[in-house]
Amino acid sequence: MSALLSIERVSKNYGPRIGCSDASFELWPGEVLAIVGESGSGKTTLLKCISGQMEPTSGKVRYSTRAGREVALDAMSEAERRFLIRTDWGFVHQDAREGLRMGVSAGANVGERLMAVGERHYGRIRSTALDWLGRVEIAGDRIDDSPWSYSGGMRQRLQIARNLVTAPRLIFMDEPTGGLDVSVQARLLDLLRGLVRRLGLAAVIVTHDLAVARLLSTRMMVMQGGRVIETGLTDQILEDPQQPYTQLLVSSVLQV
Amino acid sequence: MNVPAYNFAYLNEQTKRMIRRALLKAVAIPGYQVPFAAREMPMPLGWGTGGVQVTAAILTPEDTLKVIDQGADDTTNAVSIRRFFVKTAGVKTTEVTEEATIIQTRHRIPETPLTEKQTLVFQVPIPEPLRFLEPRETETRKMHALEEYGVMHVKLYEDIARFGEIATSYDYPALVNDRYVFDPSPIPKFDNPKLDNCPALQLFGAGREKRIYAIPPYTSVKSLDFEDYPFSIPRWEKPCEICGSRASYLDEIVTDDKGGRMFVCSDTDHCRKQKSAA
Amino acid sequence: MTPVLSIEGLSKEFTLHQQGGTRITVLENVNLDVMAGEAMSITGQSGRGKSTLLKLIYGSYKASGGTVRVLHNGAWVNVAGAQPRDILRLRQQTIGYVTQFLRVIPRIPAIDIVAEPLIDRDVAPDVAVGRARDLLARLNIPEKLWHLSPMTFSGGEQQRVNIARGFAAHHPILLLDEPTASLDEENRSRVLSMIAEARAAGSAVVAVFHDEEERRKACEREVAL
Repeated sequence: MSALLSIERVSKNYGPRIGCSDASFELWPGEVLAIVGESGSGKTTLLKCISGQMEPTSGKVRYSTRAGREVALDAMSEAERRFLIRTDWGFVHQDAREGLRMGVSAGANVGERLMAVGERHYGRIRSTALDWLGRVEIAGDRIDDSPWSYSGGMRQRLQIARNLVTAPRLIFMDEPTGGLDVSVQARLLDLLRGLVRRLGLAAVIVTHDLAVARLLSTRMMVMQGGRVIETGLTDQILEDPQQPYTQLLVSSVLQV
Repeated sequence: MNVPAYNFAYLNEQTKRMIRRALLKAVAIPGYQVPFAAREMPMPLGWGTGGVQVTAAILTPEDTLKVIDQGADDTTNAVSIRRFFVKTAGVKTTEVTEEATIIQTRHRIPETPLTEKQTLVFQVPIPEPLRFLEPRETETRKMHALEEYGVMHVKLYEDIARFGEIATSYDYPALVNDRYVFDPSPIPKFDNPKLDNCPALQLFGAGREKRIYAIPPYTSVKSLDFEDYPFSIPRWEKPCEICGSRASYLDEIVTDDKGGRMFVCSDTDHCRKQKSAA
Repeated sequence: MTPVLSIEGLSKEFTLHQQGGTRITVLENVNLDVMAGEAMSITGQSGRGKSTLLKLIYGSYKASGGTVRVLHNGAWVNVAGAQPRDILRLRQQTIGYVTQFLRVIPRIPAIDIVAEPLIDRDVAPDVAVGRARDLLARLNIPEKLWHLSPMTFSGGEQQRVNIARGFAAHHPILLLDEPTASLDEENRSRVLSMIAEARAAGSAVVAVFHDEEERRKACEREVAL
């Protein structure tokens, strides 16, 4: 077995400003890595660089395909890269409107990836979409409704279904519970936790919420000022943080 | 006639060459949208400026021109474009499909089968079939380049989910030469099968959008569909009330304000021939 | 007898950056061997680092010095210094840990919480759930609670769910942090017999007990910190 995703010294500069600097890590099949840090710490920039949405200024992103071949993202043709991204990978945006096609129904949102990989049987597309809506706890009779009529939590769950329908191996999430009510967050979180465990997905989750990291991730990476300052097992980082900033972060969590 | 103040068929020769280059490229890559520097024409955008420029670029003094709008030779748009070319090129015109060498059309393909000697010029409002789902032109070009056409089926999926069938009845997307998904302009889907393997050259001009595309003779054109919802064309319960044709595309004409209406051929030339044959 | 856990020169110091960089030394030069099937209790007054030692063995704390070597699938792995993914593998197969409190996951039913360690080892779901049922029944969790999230359970019930989870899968090394603290007499004796069974199955036990009598019942060796 080898790493699914290998990040080697990835940096991104915005002109003279540093987005993220010199980040390296490996992600193995089934692992969930949380990237935490305050706003502006470079966590979203890093996520975009490693998920093919943004080109890093320097550094390498390598992915091990289903066929066992290791490919460098920047060495792939655009066609290959885009195919990989929409079949083997998923991306859950913080704002569901970015990740959904708001102009078409929920069913079409879930079915799109299937159609993109060549499924041409309406009945099968629809039953798969229904199955996935069920898995993310959306009632089947909402399948033809527009995402505009959905609540924030439902939109986020729809976005997750839309991403998982092609059985990806790796999913990137940018603050997946950001902007949701606390009760809605909890529901989404254990839904995500269940899906990730059941499907054996590998995931990279960017969050500033340590509770999200605690619940979903096995490993954590703490970023500050564009740099990775601490990495380790999630429980180790939370219970025995080493760096001053990490200690501040952990001690700032409100206890209820 | 005095020396005209303009060139044959209105456009100057440089402009025609530019358009012909675009046309050659379009024919070489069937279904691909070629950008071209569309000119201002002495008619409003939306009245067929794209089609007129294509026609002007390919017209020769020996040609016989037919112009139809919604299948009819006698509507305002058709009449004014025909007069435009009579005045600027002095070419012969006709209403009989078989006699024409160039047919400029808006929203229909003639019922009479076309031949290798003919060229059909379509007026196109929106050439980009992906625009409904993806408004960014940079992105749609990339999607064409990479053959990412999954979203086209999203549109058809929506139709079935909402109406129980593919309700798109015109502007029906199709795949040209197994490569490019294209927008056949707002012709009824009834006409889509005529695009396929057609002996005539088919040219498409979009003036406002500044795009030209083409289907060379005998090119495969497949209308998109689902395995369990195959492409189908509409049929009418009654025949044309003028000529009795059962195989042509019918228009609904409202005849009074008491709900009276009749169904007649949209192709006026076809209707007249059917009637005189009967 | 060969050891399954070997601790050498282990020390742990916390640096409290939020409090002016204060350094607190909790453990210094701890040396310890635990044999297979052996039960060892760690004693010492509050604050002497009993729980800290368990967390260092489990990898929740980072050692400041020394080694914590664990026999994992026939090879020695030093927890102090191992990659996170190696520690995760150790936890899945070799080291079990019953903490003082259950970390409740919202909406996950008790039965699934208990079965999870087995599912993670690819045990068939019905076998895993069967084992979870046995354990919950043994620990007197009423059947009507099995399919509820322990969020609303009493402290004692939550602790018993936690113990059931800790004992669900066999681990060659079992770390127990006050496993009987909030339990009544009957449940305490059940937990003690479960510890005895785990030992009979070959598990080495490293435990912290509050109650001296239980400590003596469960363990034959004591190490004072």
